[in-house]
Amino acid sequence: MLDGDPCSIIENEFVKPGKGQAFNRVKYRNLKNGRVNERTFKSNESVESADVVEMELEYSYNDGEFWHFMDPTSFEQFAADANAISEAKDWLKEQYSYTVTLWNGTPLLVTPPNFVNLTVTETDPGVRGDTSGGGGKPAVLETGAVVRVPLFIEIGEVLRVDTRSASYVERAKS
Amino acid sequence: MTQTKDIPALLKRRAQLYSDVRHFFAQRKVMEVQTPVLSHAAPTAPYLDSFTTVFQQGSQQTPLYLHTSPEFAMKRLLAAGSGPIFQMCPVFRNGEAGRLHSPEFTMLEWYRPGFALTDLIDEVDALLQKLLSTSSARRLSYQQAFHECLSIDVMACDTDSLRQLALANIPGLTPDWQNDRAGWLELLMSEVIEPTFKAYETPVMVYDFPASQAQLAKTYQNNDGVEVAARFEVYAGGLELANGYDELLDAAELADRFAKDNLQRQQQGLPVMPVDPHLLTAMQTGLPECSGVALGLDRLLMLISESHHLADISPIPFTEA
Repeated sequence: MLDGDPCSIIENEFVKPGKGQAFNRVKYRNLKNGRVNERTFKSNESVESADVVEMELEYSYNDGEFWHFMDPTSFEQFAADANAISEAKDWLKEQYSYTVTLWNGTPLLVTPPNFVNLTVTETDPGVRGDTSGGGGKPAVLETGAVVRVPLFIEIGEVLRVDTRSASYVERAKS
Repeated sequence: MTQTKDIPALLKRRAQLYSDVRHFFAQRKVMEVQTPVLSHAAPTAPYLDSFTTVFQQGSQQTPLYLHTSPEFAMKRLLAAGSGPIFQMCPVFRNGEAGRLHSPEFTMLEWYRPGFALTDLIDEVDALLQKLLSTSSARRLSYQQAFHECLSIDVMACDTDSLRQLALANIPGLTPDWQNDRAGWLELLMSEVIEPTFKAYETPVMVYDFPASQAQLAKTYQNNDGVEVAARFEVYAGGLELANGYDELLDAAELADRFAKDNLQRQQQGLPVMPVDPHLLTAMQTGLPECSGVALGLDRLLMLISESHHLADISPIPFTEA
């Protein structure tokens, strides 16, 4: 907990200048607003730990304001707001499992899996026979995400997509 | 970090370094010595944390310390007439672990009777030129370093100005940070000034530290009439590599510094360390005028290997030891 917000440590470097007192240069992400900051702590300093847990939850539906997730074993429901969902927004598919970071039981951050399989809902007609993949074209996927795909991809095909780079990987094996 | 290490290559590079160091000192007629790792006494420096252990003999228990540097023992050898000596050995510092720190690391330490500090600086320079295939080091005084980087006269600057400079120049430092003058100086040096040394192709040697940071070095009046410590630090490739002194010879002065350190330890709730009576006796008998320096060999190996983490150059890093 830093300045009242839960934070996760990205980098923690131990520094000991000359013969002086040691300190730690800490890079952290504020889990509420996603911002990355730096803070210097004396090495013996301690801060309050945040009650943060990560859970694998299934996406259920969006009611216009909140995105609802469910624990598939306990059926407990969790509502995430637009802020928490921002990174995963383009990749939300019902019944898919997402890593949800909870702080005091409230979703702070929803992280999509690195790879998802999604159906193409909109793209220019495929160029048959062209399997070179050169050039490419935009395709809209069922979640609304737009990725660049090879020219031979057609509407209705299921694609494997890397959510980290928002890029096409391959046709999904059915 | 997950990539597999070429362990035979690491071993060879380290063996080559040790062999090059031995060759360097053999040519200069500096003798290799070995001193005990376990000791009844320990350094008093407040921010130096010794590992402690217990020697058990029957029902008798004697606390012992792993040395943090072979300095005290080597000075006893010098006082006994050893002449110029060097040592490469593992040293131990509790609480220090990270990218550039390991609680066990390898020290190259050497002492040169009759050498003025500038002679020793020349010798360190020659060693680094040979081992790092670099050109001669850039030399500047502590005062110059602060002036070039922060446009202040560090010797005249008051503590509050140092605090303001630190808060303005170090990201992530909060206003509630408590420090004494020496603490702000250390912070500015390591966080603001040292990083600028990375820009140099050659190592950088900083000399004439504030008298308050003399540690075991002599102090003297520089040309401006300011009392400074006859001490130098060597930086290379963004790493703090070595620390050298024109060694303090005055046993009473040393005993006084030890006592002050221990007082500070007491005030900070740290254990008081037993002072080495043999060292004080040896110094009373007569430690020859000499300069000495301690250099981190693992960090040197990092520079030779162009790696960024101690673990990358250690066949068995601390976390897996």
